[in-house]
Amino acid sequence: MTGIVALYIFMLAAFTGYEVIAKVPVILHTPLMSGSNFVHGIVLVGAMVALGNAHTTLEKVIGSIGVFMAAGNAAGGYVVTERMLEMFKASGTRKKPGGH
Amino acid sequence: METLLGAEGRQWLIQASYLLTAFLFIMGLKRMSSPVTARSGIVWAGAGMLVATLFTFLFPGLGNYEWLLPAIIAGTALAWWSGRRVAMTDMPQMIALYNGFGGGAAAAIAAVELYRGEQMSLTMSILAVVGALIGAISFSGSLIAFGKLQGLIKRSFRFRGQNIVNLLIIAATVLVGAFIATGYHADPFHVTMHVTLFFVLALLFGLMMTLPIGGADMPVVISMYNAFTGLAVAFEGFVMQNAAMIIAGTVVGSAGTLLTQLMARAMNRSLGNVLFSGFGDTGGAAAGGTVTGSMKPIEAADVGVMMAFAQKVIVVPGYGMAVAQAQHKVWELCQLLIDRGVMVRFAIHPVAGRMPGHMNVLLAEAGVPYDLIADLDEINAEFETADVALIIGANDVVNPVARTDKSSPIYGMPILNADKAKNVIVIKRGQGAGFSGIENALFYLDNTRMLYGDGQAAASQLIQAVKAI
Repeated sequence: MTGIVALYIFMLAAFTGYEVIAKVPVILHTPLMSGSNFVHGIVLVGAMVALGNAHTTLEKVIGSIGVFMAAGNAAGGYVVTERMLEMFKASGTRKKPGGH
Repeated sequence: METLLGAEGRQWLIQASYLLTAFLFIMGLKRMSSPVTARSGIVWAGAGMLVATLFTFLFPGLGNYEWLLPAIIAGTALAWWSGRRVAMTDMPQMIALYNGFGGGAAAAIAAVELYRGEQMSLTMSILAVVGALIGAISFSGSLIAFGKLQGLIKRSFRFRGQNIVNLLIIAATVLVGAFIATGYHADPFHVTMHVTLFFVLALLFGLMMTLPIGGADMPVVISMYNAFTGLAVAFEGFVMQNAAMIIAGTVVGSAGTLLTQLMARAMNRSLGNVLFSGFGDTGGAAAGGTVTGSMKPIEAADVGVMMAFAQKVIVVPGYGMAVAQAQHKVWELCQLLIDRGVMVRFAIHPVAGRMPGHMNVLLAEAGVPYDLIADLDEINAEFETADVALIIGANDVVNPVARTDKSSPIYGMPILNADKAKNVIVIKRGQGAGFSGIENALFYLDNTRMLYGDGQAAASQLIQAVKAI
C-alpha cells in the first residue's frame, strides 16, 4: 500500500463516517456512540499481529496487555450496544407492562 | 496451518476478509442511525469483527499463541460479563471504559513497535508516535471519565494556571515524541528511556486534561475520546499496513468528531468551553434573580382525575426519574391513559439523561415505544395544546428563566416549554433547587401544582388514582 493510496483510503473513509452519522436523530446518539466505540475495537487485529510477532519479554507483555484491552473494547462495545438497541421498539411491537 | 495455503494465498485471504469487514462495519453503522434498523446494525458490525479476528489467525509467521489466546479470552470474557451486568443508568461510564481500552490497545501496538526501535521511514514513525500520543491520552482520559461518572472520583481538581501546566506537559510530550520519531540512530538504552518517558507524559496529559472537567460535561468528553481512539487506531493501521484498521478507525474518527459537535450543540456548549473553562461542575454557584409566588401542592387523586379526562398529556422525564427507577411505573400509568383514549407523548430534552439520547434508552428499557417519544424541536409547539404537562425528575430543562433572565447561568439554554401547558404537574421529592442550584420559576406559576414524593411512589399513587375512576 503506497502512501498516496493510503491517503485516498483515509479521505474516503473520513467522508463515509461523516455521511453515515450526519442525519442521525438525537434518540440514537448514545447507542451510536457505543456502536462506533465497538467498531474501533478492530484494533484487536493490529494488537494480535503486534503480539504475534513480538520477540522480547517486554514486547510480549505490552502486546498481551494490548490484545487484552482490544478484546475488551470489542466484546464490551458489542454487548452494551446490542443491549441498548434491543430495547428500541415501535408501538406495534410493544410489550405488556412488567414484562421484560 | 502452514500447509493449508502458501503465505501469499493467506495474505490474499486476509485482505479479502478485511474488505468484507470494512463493508459490514459501514453498513452496520448506517443501519444504526435509524431506530427501525438499528438492532440489525450492531449484528452486521459484529459479524464483521468476527470475520476479521478469525482471518487474522492466518497471518504468516504469527506466533506467541501462549500469550495471545489467554489475552483474547480473558479480555473478551471480562468485558462480556461486565457488559451484561451493567445497569442502563450506568451505560455512559461503561462506554468510557471500553473506549479507554481501545485507546490503550492502540498505544500498546505503538509501544511494541517503538520499543523494538527498528528503522522505519520518517512518515511511519511520525504516524506511530502521533497514534501512540492520541491513544494514550484517550486511555487515561477515559479512565478518569469512568471514575467520575461511577462516583469513584468525587471532586474536580483545579488550580490556578492549570491550562499553562497542561500546555507545558503536552509541549514536553510532543518534543520527546519528535525526538523518538526522528532519532533512531540512538542506542537501545536511550530508545527505551525516551519511549518510556513519552508514554508517561502522554498518560499524564490525558489525566490532567480530564480531571478538571465536571460530571455534566463528561458525555461530550467521552464522545471526543471515542473519536480520538478511532484516529489512533487509524494511524497505527497505517504503520501496520492494515486496511481494516485504517478504514474502521477513520470512519469512527470522523463520525465521532461529528457526534461530539452534535452533543455539544445539544447541550448549548462549545467544545472549547467544555475543555478549558471548568464549568459543567455540579457545585456551581446559584445565581439569578429571585422568584416570587408560592409552590402550590396537589393530591395524587386530583392529578389522576385531571389526567384521565385530559385529551393530551405530555410527560417530561428527567434523570431524577431514572434514579428513582420510576420509568416502569410511569409507562404503566401512560398505558392506562392511552387505553382511556388520552393522547400521551414523552418530551425529551437533549440533556435529559447522562448524555444525549440516554433518556431514550432508559425509556426504551421500560418498554416505551420510540414513536411516542419526541425531542425538543418536535414537541415544543405542542405544549400549548396539552391539557397536562407531567414533569418527573426534570428541573433546569423546564425552567422558563432560561428564556427571560439574562443574569441566570442557564440563560440561552433551549428549554422545553412545559409552562405553556394548561396544567403543569411537577413530581418532586422536596422543595429544594435543582441540579445547578437555580430556583425554578416554573414551580411558582399559577398553572403549576406540586405533587411531593419519591418518583416511583408518586407514579404508583397516580396509577391507583386513575384505576379508581
